[in-house]
Amino acid sequence: METSLQAPVIPSPAVRDTVGIRKRIRRSFRQIRTESVFKQTLVIAGLILVILVLGILLTLITQSLPSIRLLGLKFIWGSTWNPVKNVYGAFPFLLGTLLTSFLALLICIPFSIAIAVFLGEYYPSGWFADVLKNAVELIAAVPSVIYGFWGLAVLVPMVRSLEARLGIDQPLGVGIFSASLILSVMIIPYAASLGRSMIQMVPEHLKEAAYGLGATRWEVIRHVVLPYTRSGLFAGILLSLGRALGETMAVTMVIGNSSILPKSIFAPGNTMASVIANEFTEADKTVYLSALIELGLALFLVTVIINIIGKKIIDRFTNE
Amino acid sequence: MNDPMRTDHIRYRIGKNNGFRILTFVLAFACMIPLVAILFFIIKAGITRINFHFLVNIARPVGEKGGGIANALLGSVIIVALASLIAIPIGILGGVYLSENPKGRLAYWCRLSVDILQGIPSIVIGIIAYFWLVKPLGGFSAFSGSVALAIMMLPVIVRSTEETLKMLPPSLKEAAFALGMPFHRVIFKVILPVGISGILSGVMLSIARITGETAPLLFTAFGNPYLSADVTAPMQSLPLLIFNYATSPYNDWHDLAWGASLILLVWVLFLNVFTKLIAAKWKVQL
Amino acid sequence: MESTIIKSRKFNASFGINHVVKNVNIDIPRNNVIAVMGPSGCGKTTFLRCINRMHELIPGATCNGAMTINDEDIYTMHPIFVRLKIGMVFQRPNPFPNLSIYDNVIAGYKLNGIKLARAEKDRIVEHSLTKVALWNEVKDSLLKKGTFLSGGQQQRLCIARAVAMEPEVLLFDEPTSALDPISTATVEELFHELKANYTLIIVTHNMQQAARVSDRTAFFYMGELVEYDLTKNVFTNPKDNRTQNYITGRFS
Repeated sequence: METSLQAPVIPSPAVRDTVGIRKRIRRSFRQIRTESVFKQTLVIAGLILVILVLGILLTLITQSLPSIRLLGLKFIWGSTWNPVKNVYGAFPFLLGTLLTSFLALLICIPFSIAIAVFLGEYYPSGWFADVLKNAVELIAAVPSVIYGFWGLAVLVPMVRSLEARLGIDQPLGVGIFSASLILSVMIIPYAASLGRSMIQMVPEHLKEAAYGLGATRWEVIRHVVLPYTRSGLFAGILLSLGRALGETMAVTMVIGNSSILPKSIFAPGNTMASVIANEFTEADKTVYLSALIELGLALFLVTVIINIIGKKIIDRFTNE
Repeated sequence: MNDPMRTDHIRYRIGKNNGFRILTFVLAFACMIPLVAILFFIIKAGITRINFHFLVNIARPVGEKGGGIANALLGSVIIVALASLIAIPIGILGGVYLSENPKGRLAYWCRLSVDILQGIPSIVIGIIAYFWLVKPLGGFSAFSGSVALAIMMLPVIVRSTEETLKMLPPSLKEAAFALGMPFHRVIFKVILPVGISGILSGVMLSIARITGETAPLLFTAFGNPYLSADVTAPMQSLPLLIFNYATSPYNDWHDLAWGASLILLVWVLFLNVFTKLIAAKWKVQL
Repeated sequence: MESTIIKSRKFNASFGINHVVKNVNIDIPRNNVIAVMGPSGCGKTTFLRCINRMHELIPGATCNGAMTINDEDIYTMHPIFVRLKIGMVFQRPNPFPNLSIYDNVIAGYKLNGIKLARAEKDRIVEHSLTKVALWNEVKDSLLKKGTFLSGGQQQRLCIARAVAMEPEVLLFDEPTSALDPISTATVEELFHELKANYTLIIVTHNMQQAARVSDRTAFFYMGELVEYDLTKNVFTNPKDNRTQNYITGRFS
């Protein structure tokens, strides 16, 4: 606004000076300065957010440079991680991360979709819905470390006896399978709540058209609701995957923390996040630390890309 | 053969409909099994541990019975309070910026940054705080932990502030401007007070979320077996204590961790319930 | 002898590339009620919002030309001063939902951070509410939220809020379009009372209302000020064809 701060003219005769008009005007002068300062403050707050993200990216890149330079592509494909011998191959962790996340996703999808359909289609409100809604919110609220502790104390022994019954030698209980189970519970709320909001956006007239042709409820869900929300559900699952990839504590506590390439889903392993959590404060060599940060950088990039794609899909879906 | 009016075919379809309905119900409510199992187990294992002694003492050496989690409780309160102090002003101002400038280049990048921040794994935030604060300052500190948690709070606060303010009717702002109010007063005296319930529930939600965070504290606040209120020194917190004691081989320490888990759980659930109450009660009639 | 308070010369306003107010010249005399009418989209509300610089709050909105109050250029003054001198009442009643009736009346002082003595506040509240004929209805519930009132009462509360700042001009943007007929009548009666102390500019798309309440009428069409004269002349003897067509209902 190009306005000169010209002094207001003394009140014309038409103004009946009831309350200190002069005081009012003196005040206003001070406020004009504050106003522009405040506008700049807002811009600064916005800038801080952008700078924060750029700073994070920059820090991760510069700190992982030694490892990138020294190890190159060997870092990704090398299957031996031995800090003592200065060998850093992250493949076991990549595999561990992918295995746990996709297994967790596989387990959680039917449950999440069932919750989404239940809350979005069968019982959008009422007593049943309230119970389920609160339960799902509770699942999201429980801290990750508590899931890990419970998993360690309750789930791991159960998995161990299952493994023994399956005839696996060295039934440990800890391992990729246990981590996936815990993880699947933890990501149910994200997939379910996203799916539910998508399902509720299906236009009523589409469903009525199908009912009008004599379709059953299930057929409407199967042939109208789910196809209509396909891209939205996909985005929800993608965002849940993003969550699963970065989840640290619960996984760290039950996955067994082994840097050897896992041979089966019952074997102990490590994810990218869990190896950082375990070894970061022990990393005594520059390359060692840098290799761990490179894992962090990879995790950052993958989750950022997954999140942006997921949000874009949801935005497009919502705006249609 | 393909006559849709055949009664057995219709009966088959109705049966299928009922079958899937039941399947949906069963699967939907199956998710409550692990939840109930976790809550039940934690309450059972934790409740016997909690007494006054437990809350005001610190852990005893291995082998001695008793001991408490006072250091972790105090540490959690300090770390979370400091994080809120950092994140709330920046978050609310950022949210106001986005709702006041919905278009524009900076707003676009700002919104993208918030989306990215929301998705960053917490362990990565820990790494960042380590390089930004722990390394330059020469040691682990509660302050660096608070900064890490503050970064995690920001996207939630910015988003809830932006969403809340966007829903306010534009007439409200016009009424304020028409009375000759300067912009900052319009925001502080009219817009923020009217939107307070939405903003506050966002803030509470972000606090609930970071209270249970462990990963960002591993390389920042680090943990401390002793009672400390010095934010420039390592500090214990509830989730750190649970992690360290749960993965230790000692039964006494497991017991402490169960007690701490129950307290953490109650704390987090209380914040969640409180958030809902705020949203319901402070809703200003428009 | 009437003196001019608001004056515009070659005034234009646009939203981006949409030119909505075209080359408007108008002289508004003090202590008059001016009705601004015209079909929807004719630029009458935009012109009104240019007078107290509310127009520029919309992103992409621009304007040029001269607009003065007491021969002082509105567009070189800071908008805050302009809006303190020129109050505004909106289409929909918009009391502040977080404030009581009492605080709503003195909102202009309270929210601008101007400290007043308790007695002074009481006096302003009573004075302003009396002026809008609301005092007797609400004097026992001053501490209730303003949003509990009926639509007509809320609108009068909003007028009281504007009056409390003792502006010289009051702008009304279709002030009765959201009200029922009875509330509309009470608000219209107010205009006669208020004109003794203020200059009123009222945008309306209701011709009968313009004819009932105003001393002068301005007719806008497609962004142009087509006709501006004493109300009785505009309605009985319009000079322009377009005005003639409008008041006889040939387009709306």
